[in-house]
Amino acid sequence: MSDIAIKVENLSKQYRLGQVGTGTISHDLNRWWHSIRGKEDPYLKIGESNDRTTKGTSEYVWALQDINFEVKQGEVLGIIGKNGAGKSTLLKILSKVTSPTTGSIKARGRIASLLEVGTGFHPEMTGRENIFMNGTIMGMNRHEIASKLEEIVEFAGIAKYIDTPVKRYSSGMTVRLGFAIAAHLEPEILIVDEVLAVGDAEFQKKAIGKMQDVSKGEGRTVLFVSHNMVSVENLCTKLVVMSQGSINFTGDVHQGIKQYNYSSNKELLINIDERQDRNGGEVVRFTKFQITDADDHPIEMAFVGETICLKFGYRAIPNLENVVIRIEIKTFSGHRLSILNNYHCSSPFEKIPDSGTFCCKIHSPTLAQGDYEINAKCLVDLKEVDSIEKIGTLKIQNADYYGTGKMPNIKDGILLQQSYFIEKSLI
Amino acid sequence: MNQEEEFSKWDTVILPKRGLLELHLSEVWKYRDLLRMFVKRDFVTYYKQTILGPVWFFIQPIFTTLTYMLIFGNVAKISTDGMPQILFYMSGVTAWNYFAECFNKTSTVFKDNQAIFGKVHFPRLITPLSIVVSNLIKFGIQLLLFVLILGYYLWSGTSIMPNSALLLLPVLIALMAGLGLGAGMLITSMTTKYRDLVFLLQFGIQLLMYATPVIYPLSTIPEKYKWIIMANPMTGIIETFRYAFLGSGQLNWQLLGYDVAVTASLLILGTIVFNKTERTFMDTV
Repeated sequence: MSDIAIKVENLSKQYRLGQVGTGTISHDLNRWWHSIRGKEDPYLKIGESNDRTTKGTSEYVWALQDINFEVKQGEVLGIIGKNGAGKSTLLKILSKVTSPTTGSIKARGRIASLLEVGTGFHPEMTGRENIFMNGTIMGMNRHEIASKLEEIVEFAGIAKYIDTPVKRYSSGMTVRLGFAIAAHLEPEILIVDEVLAVGDAEFQKKAIGKMQDVSKGEGRTVLFVSHNMVSVENLCTKLVVMSQGSINFTGDVHQGIKQYNYSSNKELLINIDERQDRNGGEVVRFTKFQITDADDHPIEMAFVGETICLKFGYRAIPNLENVVIRIEIKTFSGHRLSILNNYHCSSPFEKIPDSGTFCCKIHSPTLAQGDYEINAKCLVDLKEVDSIEKIGTLKIQNADYYGTGKMPNIKDGILLQQSYFIEKSLI
Repeated sequence: MNQEEEFSKWDTVILPKRGLLELHLSEVWKYRDLLRMFVKRDFVTYYKQTILGPVWFFIQPIFTTLTYMLIFGNVAKISTDGMPQILFYMSGVTAWNYFAECFNKTSTVFKDNQAIFGKVHFPRLITPLSIVVSNLIKFGIQLLLFVLILGYYLWSGTSIMPNSALLLLPVLIALMAGLGLGAGMLITSMTTKYRDLVFLLQFGIQLLMYATPVIYPLSTIPEKYKWIIMANPMTGIIETFRYAFLGSGQLNWQLLGYDVAVTASLLILGTIVFNKTERTFMDTV
């Protein structure tokens, strides 16, 4: 019990759609009329789930619906989900910017948010003045800030500009300063929302390091919202996947990211029947393309070393024999990494059905993280009958491939299993 | 109770509604350094990139006073109760400005600070309080100017009589601040959702000035209509202010008591409504 830092129970948030205008006042009066008679809010019962793509009939929408989760102290909870899934609303309620419609949140310790860094920065004031301004807004007192001033300036790496008005700063510098202040707040619970998107690689590394220190070294709790699966995978110890205002998944990070990838499987089936930029297509025609994982779930991306299956839906004239499928994997910069085919690897297909799917399972591919281009050809009696370039993109996500707890930072290449030792004699 | 026991284990409990009287004033005190920073920001940035800089603090009241002297004093020939015009108008303008600025700025607090309020939580009361304090400093500077001019007239032997009512000055300042703050918080809370009142307010404050003895002494008002002017809580304040510095007009304890009552109730009501609005105003602003 004592190690739970945040407990969210039955949390919901309702928003009214459209504009505030004369129509609103009738609802307000009705609500007030219900409340003085001791009745429930009549508009709480209605409202639909938050699917922004379809135009609903109700004027009310549930941005969050029945959210329940717990975060233990020292955990880094990742929150992922598509735009409009309710992530930011959740964080806004957590950071007390707005209040929930129903439900409750209980937390232990000071909550500080990085919803947007540099809040309250005044462009006319100097970096030093803004450190005090922003720090006090976040809840520090001036003695606390004064004692950490040097650390903050050093962390942000802007010592030279500290007495220059912030309006002369580059956007990167402003973010660095903002993050530096927040990172030195020392709250028990830190909320971070996509701030790492700005700033150069060096600073991002620093920021991620700081967040890890905060959670591991100092036992603080971090809530991290991001669209960047790499940072989520690197940082988080627990994951919540949100969709249309409710939680789809809570638990293991790796599994959660996979789950998140499944949830968008509609777009993962690529229709290539209509493509004109092909060579052939009469005898055999590629019609669809999809990438799935070992369990046959469509995926948007795979982790390094994870078995995947490339699937090509086709249409063909009846009774074809000696059919070869040839797949080329290229980096986006155009380097060919490999050619896969069933001619060398096994044998050509005999008597294929006139409609079906060619599948190519790649067992633990050693592609490094990055995006790869897939080109495909179909040959009958070693003559090309259909060929499409850039049929789809294979996205590979970094993972602990070598099982050492360290992730290689190579992009667009291949990883090879290797071993190291020293021989005593000189060669 | 069981529920209370449950709550005591947590530092932060976020619930949909909170009681009308849970004002969290201790939290406001914890954030007092933020108030300092807001005040500092107001001053650092107020006259940035102007040539005359802080001199503008003096120019504003002087020009207003000169305008009033010309129009109300010399063209309309409204009585100043036998006081030198410059002192009469300046005392009115200085005091009135403090109230009007507090009122005006506070009444748009939510609208002006959406950007900050939408991102970080801190006791929102800090913002209106910082307005009152910033303006208090400005008022202090203008009062100094007034006292200097007063000193000149005293030295040259005009019949003005600053008196022991000056001891009431802190009370008067508190009343002006409280009135502006209370009314402003009410207005800003009411205008987050429906902005109609904003339009009313702009000329409302202007009108209110004419319903206050700023450009005329209370004694010139016919007995029949006096109650209207006296119902305005600023009347007692301005009259006492003028009486204390110039010895003109009268000290009406009853009127002052009425002002205290109005200010206190506006302040309490304003704070309650402000705190209630603050919870969800981001959704409706």
